[in-house]
Amino acid sequence: MGRYIIKRIIAGLITMFVLTTVTFFLMHAIPGGPFSPAEERKVPKAVMEKVQEKYGLNDPVHIQYVNYLKNLAQGDFGISFKQTSVTVNELIEQGFPVSAKVGLIAIIVALLVGIPLGITSAIKRGKWADWLSMIIATVGISIPNFVLSVLLLFLFAVVLKILPTFGLTSWQHYILPVTCLAFSPIAYIARLMRSSMLEVMRYDYIRTARAKGVHELQVICKHALKNAIIPIVTYLGPLVAILLTGSFVIERIFSIPGIGRDFVSSISDRDYSVILGMTVFFGAFIVICNIIVDILYAVIDRRIKIDE
Amino acid sequence: MKLLQINNLKTTFHIEAGQVQAVRGISFHVDRGESVGIVGESGSGKSVSMLSIMRLLPENAKIDADRLTFDGTEIMDMDQKQMRRLHGNDIGMIFQDPMTSLNPLFTIGDQIMEPIRIHQKLSKSEAKKRAIEVLKMVEIPSPESRLNQYPHEFSGGMRQRVMIAIAISCNPKLLIADEPTTALDVTIQAQILDLMSDLKKKGNTSIVLITHDLGVVASMCSRIIVMYGGEIVEEGTTREVFYNPQHPYTWGLMRSMPKVTEGEKKKLIPIPGSPPDLLSPPKGCAFAARCEHAMKICTQMSPVPISLSESHRAACWLMHPKAAKVERGVGS
Repeated sequence: MGRYIIKRIIAGLITMFVLTTVTFFLMHAIPGGPFSPAEERKVPKAVMEKVQEKYGLNDPVHIQYVNYLKNLAQGDFGISFKQTSVTVNELIEQGFPVSAKVGLIAIIVALLVGIPLGITSAIKRGKWADWLSMIIATVGISIPNFVLSVLLLFLFAVVLKILPTFGLTSWQHYILPVTCLAFSPIAYIARLMRSSMLEVMRYDYIRTARAKGVHELQVICKHALKNAIIPIVTYLGPLVAILLTGSFVIERIFSIPGIGRDFVSSISDRDYSVILGMTVFFGAFIVICNIIVDILYAVIDRRIKIDE
Repeated sequence: MKLLQINNLKTTFHIEAGQVQAVRGISFHVDRGESVGIVGESGSGKSVSMLSIMRLLPENAKIDADRLTFDGTEIMDMDQKQMRRLHGNDIGMIFQDPMTSLNPLFTIGDQIMEPIRIHQKLSKSEAKKRAIEVLKMVEIPSPESRLNQYPHEFSGGMRQRVMIAIAISCNPKLLIADEPTTALDVTIQAQILDLMSDLKKKGNTSIVLITHDLGVVASMCSRIIVMYGGEIVEEGTTREVFYNPQHPYTWGLMRSMPKVTEGEKKKLIPIPGSPPDLLSPPKGCAFAARCEHAMKICTQMSPVPISLSESHRAACWLMHPKAAKVERGVGS
């Protein structure tokens, strides 16, 4: 187990190195830079030179790259080019807890709604409950969350005036963003759960459980669920990473001060250090989540030997 | 008193193409302490009839019977709670494939203790004691440590022993074994059969053994029921069926059985053709299409069972007084 985790961490570090390198050079290949003068404002050339020098932008790209890696190795993401005297580390420290809180609630909601929805649908296959939940699921997958968020905002905040439109100051503020974030994962989890459950319920050991006199509820919630949940665990890895690190769109629409918002604005600003910092942070998060998921597999299913 | 009484059981599966009549009106009984073998090839309705009694069939199955009683109680009238008492407590069931019949994600201990805790209302430590006891009964070495292992850590034969342990854990009145040795290799088959015979001698449990292997039945059962195309074609004590078989299908089954005792090499004679399509069962005798002695009437009318003794009956037109005498093809 220990050896496996070390192996995975090393593989993760290699992934991170490739990710950083590709992002770094791609970013620099895009025309323009953080201090490209806007058409209407003429900045004197000497001033521009000074600014470029201060941020180390006059060095050749490969020197910049090596310098960046040196700082990164010390856990330093550098300072933002756009927001004066704010380091990227500070941006993440401020934004991540906000994004993570909303994301975590959304994940819990998605699991608590999606799994029962999928199970019900599998057990009541072909009945109205199945139709209803599959309609919800199809709608959830096909409607993008920026459309949904605008619709919900209009309905609950503008027409009914029962929920606030932006910010995160009370529990009511969480309802709309969490709903929008959780909606498509709910749909996906429900569909995944349904097909997985339908498959598992056909297995011989379910018949064995029934033949032992196990209550049908136990057959479903104990014998079938533990087997059927494995695909959900797989999906959970990337989902956790995506939701915890913040949704760009949802954070923009609901004015949530999370890191997703910083990420989007950093790209249009060519804020090199923020783009890289966020990408590396996001990448590391996905790598870690995937390692955790793989360990979880082995915990759920003892047939999986992760040491090999 | 009869432990299990089945009168005119019909099981139909509703599928898109129509109705599959898997079991077409069978009647038989099982006495207390008796072991009965149900023989027939795949698709003859052996397993379905037993699963019907257990009401363990998928939702598209419709069960109909004039009478279906276990220990004097009508099974068709039982509610979910009574059914659960029947399952695992009164009737233990062993399935064909031990590789898939155990839940891969729970320990053997969990799975054995489950019915014990449900039916006997024992505490966890008492249930564990009982689980070790039954594992000893099915001759699994070092049961204490085996309890914490998962099914994948057991061989096929060992898993079937575990399945038997689960089935007998609550001292059931009836043990239904659905082809318990089919998925196992020959040496293990013998061990499992020995084990079942031992258990039968020790307890007062009735056994219904479903198999397509006449040899297995001969060693285990006092009575044999031969099924074909969802119907019982012949029924009698083991002695009667083996020494005086009446139905050409029974003859065919016997010819296709290898005889170990014979020194000379002799080719097995298979029964040509395949079982009838139960989506639209034939009008006359279901076996007529494959029967070498088939007469005109066989394809037109179903034969009525004729009794030869109190326990022996068979349904074949050849037994009719007007039918020509045929050479019985058992191969002396």
